[in-house]
Amino acid sequence: MKILVLIKQVPDTAEVKLDAQTGNLIREGVDSIINPDDRHAIEAALQIKNSFGAHTSVLSMGPPQSVDAITEALAMGVDEGILLTDRIFAGADTWATSWILARAVKQAGPFDLVICGKQAIDGDTAHVGPQVAEFQGIPQLTYVEEIESVEDGRVTVRRAVDQGQQRVSASLPCLLTVVKEINQPRHARIDLLVKACSPKAPIKVWNAADLKVKAHQTGLAGSYTQVIKTFPPQIKRQGELFKADPQSAVELLLNRLTSHMAL
Amino acid sequence: MPILIDVDKCNGCGLCSKKCPYGAVELQNGKAHVLDTCVDCGICVESCKQEAINQEAITRPVPDFSEYSGVWVVAEQYEGRLLGVAKELLTLGRGLADQLGQELCAVLLGNQVAHLAEELAAFGPTRIYLAEHPQLENYTTGAYTKALSDLIKAHKPNVLLIGATSQGRDLAPRLSARMNLGLTADCTGLDIDLETGLLHQTRPAFGGNIMATIISPYSRPQMATVRPGVFAANPAESGNRCEVVGCSVTLQPDDILTTILGLVKKDEHQANLEDAKIIVAGGRGLGSRQGMALVSELAEVLGGEVSGTRVAVENGWVPPERQIGQTGRSVRPELYIGCGISGALQHRVGILGSKYIVCINKDERAPLFQVADWGIIGDVHEVLPRLIKALKNREAGN
Repeated sequence: MKILVLIKQVPDTAEVKLDAQTGNLIREGVDSIINPDDRHAIEAALQIKNSFGAHTSVLSMGPPQSVDAITEALAMGVDEGILLTDRIFAGADTWATSWILARAVKQAGPFDLVICGKQAIDGDTAHVGPQVAEFQGIPQLTYVEEIESVEDGRVTVRRAVDQGQQRVSASLPCLLTVVKEINQPRHARIDLLVKACSPKAPIKVWNAADLKVKAHQTGLAGSYTQVIKTFPPQIKRQGELFKADPQSAVELLLNRLTSHMAL
Repeated sequence: MPILIDVDKCNGCGLCSKKCPYGAVELQNGKAHVLDTCVDCGICVESCKQEAINQEAITRPVPDFSEYSGVWVVAEQYEGRLLGVAKELLTLGRGLADQLGQELCAVLLGNQVAHLAEELAAFGPTRIYLAEHPQLENYTTGAYTKALSDLIKAHKPNVLLIGATSQGRDLAPRLSARMNLGLTADCTGLDIDLETGLLHQTRPAFGGNIMATIISPYSRPQMATVRPGVFAANPAESGNRCEVVGCSVTLQPDDILTTILGLVKKDEHQANLEDAKIIVAGGRGLGSRQGMALVSELAEVLGGEVSGTRVAVENGWVPPERQIGQTGRSVRPELYIGCGISGALQHRVGILGSKYIVCINKDERAPLFQVADWGIIGDVHEVLPRLIKALKNREAGN
């Protein structure tokens, strides 16, 4: 069994702040982390490896420093990593990102299972899993909360849907996207981290030429969508604040709610 | 090969070869020569001091989309009942269709769901594409992607709106990859740019820290998903004229890909935040599960739903499906009361659609106060018991 986990290095959005003057993101001093859902994807792969035996790989696309995310994955117990990095990949929308990832999956594969986190905290789109699955022509099972079994060429999972929890199966190869409820990711191991940081660590780095991709096919140029404007959210209301003692404040509030028919 | 070497100008200095990240420029007979591994990145063009390297500019053509017309809404149903988000999207789509001077259509996929056409008509479409098939009874990625892509190929809509439900968020990206369509997730603003006729799709990114407006100039339909509860639905209007177009659905066994084995349904009462008229939410300032109990009691007195921030969920005070904000959900109740919530941006974005917002917090710098209609600056542990008592007294007095 060969398992591939797609991971993304993201800025910790809890720390991202806006420049009040320019409205731009201040990304300096913000930590880069493995996208939280992707940690659960790594853990899911490692649990299958521990139970049934499997060869596990991680694949990530991003700037050269994204190799840190791969190193960390290796330190968690993943067998090997591939980094896709090239300046012409920059500015890719989800379609163009998935297209490149799918190409790399094909080149590195075949895999029985591809596992991704549900979504990344910088974009929150949840597009890449299903798009990669479609480009591979394999089934997708999204929002997986539990992997029941991987046997006889099929995977059976429980997935979160709006109406409850669905049991569903699909033939391998298959792509899963997992939610945080699925498991508790393990910590990196120091001994594995030391190995993962050595120059001999099993990490491949591929650029556009390795994937036989031209500039006009990828990055911003290969994207179907374009960002034309960014701005800080405008969410001010005219507020009335009550600072009096709690009892008077409660009475004033009830008075306002009643007069506005809000109760 | 879009990289062109002017051999007369090339002096064979080899700078381009050194700069090329792909090893794709070699010196042959003292002149630069581009190999097949070139990816057309253009770094060599910038590096050449002799201006001997040129790159053919590739302008990306915008295909002719003149055949594409109409605003489509995927009208999601579950077990023969229309979801609220279908009505919200039709209301939104009505405005877009009017701006474009094009038709508003609903797409209804399912098995024996024709009876929903009348209900749909009350929200403004002039045409309903009805695609019925036994394999569409329960949503599967494969069947729905096939059916919807066939409809799109046949009828060529200009705009396609899909609810960002668990179904829509599974379907839309699959469709985007199958048909090579730009897709924007979880839009909170949709508008037609009257100059270009393009759909301006606005959404939060970086956990709600920034808003981005996005266009899809190179593909049709322009596709966007919208979370339930972000836009309001108009009241139903009876007597609208609406044509129902029955569509044949062709599905092969290979189209389906997955086998549904069962569904454990959620408790109906559970986490019905999208439809709640009143929501009382708790955050860090409650300090404990006991603090959260005050929020639950207030919600009960008001007949509202309980919700929480990320912190409240992480502490186990409220279950994850009741989280508002990042990777949580957007709500639009008549009244939202935030207790002990400082108001991280993603939470504020998630409650923006509320008619009235109340904030109770002892820290008057809490950002939630900036979006509140009314706020009490005070300790939730002192304010909430008094508020609950006053409401109970009112009820008893009535």
